[in-house]
Formats: sequence, structure tokens, C-alpha cells
Amino acid sequence: MSSVRVLVGTHKGAFVLNSDGRRKDWTVSGPFFAGWEIYHMKGSLVDPNRIYVSQTSGWFGQLIQRSDDGGKTWHQPGLPNEAIPAPGPPTALPNRFAYDTSPETGKPLTTHQWYDGTQHPWEFKRVWHIEPSLTDAETVYAGVEDAALFRSTDGGENWHELSGLRGHGTGPKWQPGAGGMGLHTIILDPTDPKRIYIAISAAGAFRTNDGGATWKPINKGLRSEFIPDPNAEVGHCVHHVAMHRSRPDVLFMQKHWDVMRTDDAGENWREVSGNLPTDFGFAIDVHAHEPETLYVVPIKSDSEHYPLDGKLRVYRSRTGGNEWEELAKGLPEKDCYVNVLRDAMAVDTLDDCGIYFGTTGGQVYGSADGGDSWAPIVRDLPAVLSVEVQTLN
Amino acid sequence: MSSAGESNAATVRVALPYHLRNLAKVEGDVLLEVAAPVTIRAVLDALEARYPMLRGTIREYETGQRRAFLRFFVCEEDWSLESPDKALPDAVAAGKEPLLILGAIAGG
Repeated sequence: MSSVRVLVGTHKGAFVLNSDGRRKDWTVSGPFFAGWEIYHMKGSLVDPNRIYVSQTSGWFGQLIQRSDDGGKTWHQPGLPNEAIPAPGPPTALPNRFAYDTSPETGKPLTTHQWYDGTQHPWEFKRVWHIEPSLTDAETVYAGVEDAALFRSTDGGENWHELSGLRGHGTGPKWQPGAGGMGLHTIILDPTDPKRIYIAISAAGAFRTNDGGATWKPINKGLRSEFIPDPNAEVGHCVHHVAMHRSRPDVLFMQKHWDVMRTDDAGENWREVSGNLPTDFGFAIDVHAHEPETLYVVPIKSDSEHYPLDGKLRVYRSRTGGNEWEELAKGLPEKDCYVNVLRDAMAVDTLDDCGIYFGTTGGQVYGSADGGDSWAPIVRDLPAVLSVEVQTLN
Repeated sequence: MSSAGESNAATVRVALPYHLRNLAKVEGDVLLEVAAPVTIRAVLDALEARYPMLRGTIREYETGQRRAFLRFFVCEEDWSLESPDKALPDAVAAGKEPLLILGAIAGG
């Protein structure tokens, strides 16, 4: 029988939630890395026992952790937990994220726009998102703050920047969102290993067709009232982007305000907010088996990061946007003032498709029927930063 | 206050903050053999060589500088802003007093 493993990153540690395919009874393991911020954790599709974790702290910096046994044990890649290292310089530096400053490729990578409009140097802060390769368990991507994309081809032991992204020319116009200037979304095209989409707050979405050497801003059609030119090429606060594996040219975006859609790999976007009660939000995802069914969690506004009227609601569109239905069964009817962050929603691939999301109030909700009904899997975790799901056979 | 001599290797005690003890999987103070002269740089070099999982958590990878929210205390004195190459007191080199690494109070 299939089973489900939900990976939950929180403000104070990581948790792993397990259930069989019925998804009624759950076990909760953790906290792992107790007391640390776990921005994101994600398993490899190639080897589900391989899980990568971004562990971070304002005091102690950035660490990468890895499990090779499905979350039972963890280590920093290349650094065995118990062994005394051999003398000599280390061969694995799993936590070192050094921007490319080489004369050949790093020279133009100097500054981005600061909050006050002045230019500011790039400063590494943390890894926001980890995306394992779809074809190789040893290859993994990391989206970082200040925004850049890194790749490891040795299981996270060493990381190298794909500097073509920062270097393509618009970097000085990128600016931090309220949460920092993070590269938070990495989508790998399952049909073309050289095509990758990424998104940055607040720069926008970008696409490479050559494995990360060169990048193109793909923000045509986005409109952001808070920037001097609302239709600018970059500067948009994209909150998250989702894709169905069967249609890699179709993307859905939750922008700061507006839910957007593209059918041509980002060349043109159109708004599909439709009848949503508010189109501000962070999380967005697509049903595992229905490419036109998507989910968002509307949030009141950019000034009030909680649901409308204290009622936590998921909205589902079965028409690829524009026509949305409220999903309320099992969700709080009143006095709910949590947020659902951008990486805190995920789906499993069972039939019916399971939908999961975590809140800043520490609840993780699950639906085993495509969103028709919801129940809390766990209620009192630290604030949830990320949710990912592994469907195990 | 006299300083550590130039001769033999010393056994130095390092007191790590809670999260770094967990990371290194140690309980209590760490004991390290450090060649003279015993300085903060030499102690941290020895610490990171023995416990590579701590690399980057106390000193920045790129600059080697103390991370902003950490402080160093020695014999009840704040050494956070001292040169990392200044010889530590004999009491530290003799293992009688630890190099104390603390997280600055900067939030919860």
C-alpha cells in the first residue's frame, strides 16, 4: 500500500508526518534540528530516502543537512557525524554558498537595489528553497537570499552559483520584498532538463533554456502598482509559481496581488483571479492529476496577513483559474488569524489527490479528497515555513 | 596578565553554545590540542578541524570573521573585538579557563 510522508519546516525545527494511503492516522516525528529555522526540506524523486534540508540561524548561519534513510538520520553532506576527519583541507564544504566573483563570469555581479532605492552589495543570508533534480539524486538546486541560484552535483557537499542569472543585466533593478530578496521558487521541466523556471521577490520570474547559463525575465503581463513602472520587465513581487508535470508550458502564479497564468512558458501572463474574495496570498499549487485544478489560500491584504473575516479558506479552481469555489469543510470558521506562507502548500500523487498546507499558527491541515474536506494533522507546531509531500510506494 | 608561551601544544577548553554542542554531538566543554601560540584563531582552527560540522557557524566562510551575533569571552573578559591572533591568557592555554563562545542576546 502506498504511504505519504509530509516534510514540515518550521520556525523552530523540522517535523516529519507519516501516514498510510488512507491518510487518516498520522505519526509525528521531530523536532529535528530543534530550535533552528528550517526554511525548506524536500525529498528526491529519484531516491525518496534522500531528503535535503535548509537549516538556518541568525546566530550560526546556514547549514545543509541530508538524510539518506528517509529522515531517520541526518548529516551535513560530506561530513560524517561521528568520524574524526582526516588531516588536510576539507573536500566537502556543504554550507558554503559563495557568490561567483570570478573575473570571467562574476565581474558584472555587483549590486541590487536597496529599500531606499540606492544600490547595495549582494550578501548571502540563507537558503530559502531546495529543489532536488528530477533525474539524479546527487544533483540539487538551492535558491538563496540575497537572490541567486546554486547547484550541487555531489549530493550537497559543494555548491556553485549559476551566475548567469544574476549576471544577465537586470540585477541592479532587483529589490528585496518585505521578507528579504529571496529566490524562493525553482521549477524543473520534466520534459527538458535544460529548462528551469525560478522566481524572486521582488524581481519576478525568470527562465533558462540552456541549463542555467543564460536567463530571460518572463514577466510580461504582470502589473504591480507599487513599482514606478507597473509593467516593468523586473521588480515584481512574485510570491510563488506552480506547474503540473504534464504541461510544463503552463504556469500558475500567486503574485503579491493577483493570481496569474501563462500558457506559453512565461512569455505572456494573464490574470485569473476571477471571483476570489481577495487575490493577495502566498501559496499556490496544482492538483496532481487534474492540470486545470489549482488551489490558493486568499489572504486579506499585504497589510493584514491573515484570512478574511477570521475564516481560514482554501479556494479551488477546476477551470485553470477565474472560476473559484470556496473550500471550508473542516477549516476554522472564526477567530483564525494565521498566514500560509509561499512554500507551505503541497500535494501528494495518490488517487484522490491529497492537499496539505501549514500555517504560521503551527497547524498542518490535510485533505484526502482533493480539498472537499480538511482536517488538522497536527495543531501546535512552531510557525510553519514550508510543507512538502512524498508519495511512497 | 601573562600570555601563553611559544613552546608546547596545549590542551584548551572551549565552551560552545547549546546549538553548536548539539551540532557537534558533544556534551560539556570540548578539549582540543592547540599548538602554541594559543590564539582565538588557532583554537577555532583546531575546533573546526576536529568538528567540521561547525565550519561556518562561528566564523564566516568568506572572511574568517566572527559571526555578528556571537561573542568570545576569556577569563571573564570580552575578547570579541580582540585580534584573533592575540595570545590568549595562560589560564586558557593551561586548560584552567575555557574560551567561552556565546550567542549574543538578539532575539528569541
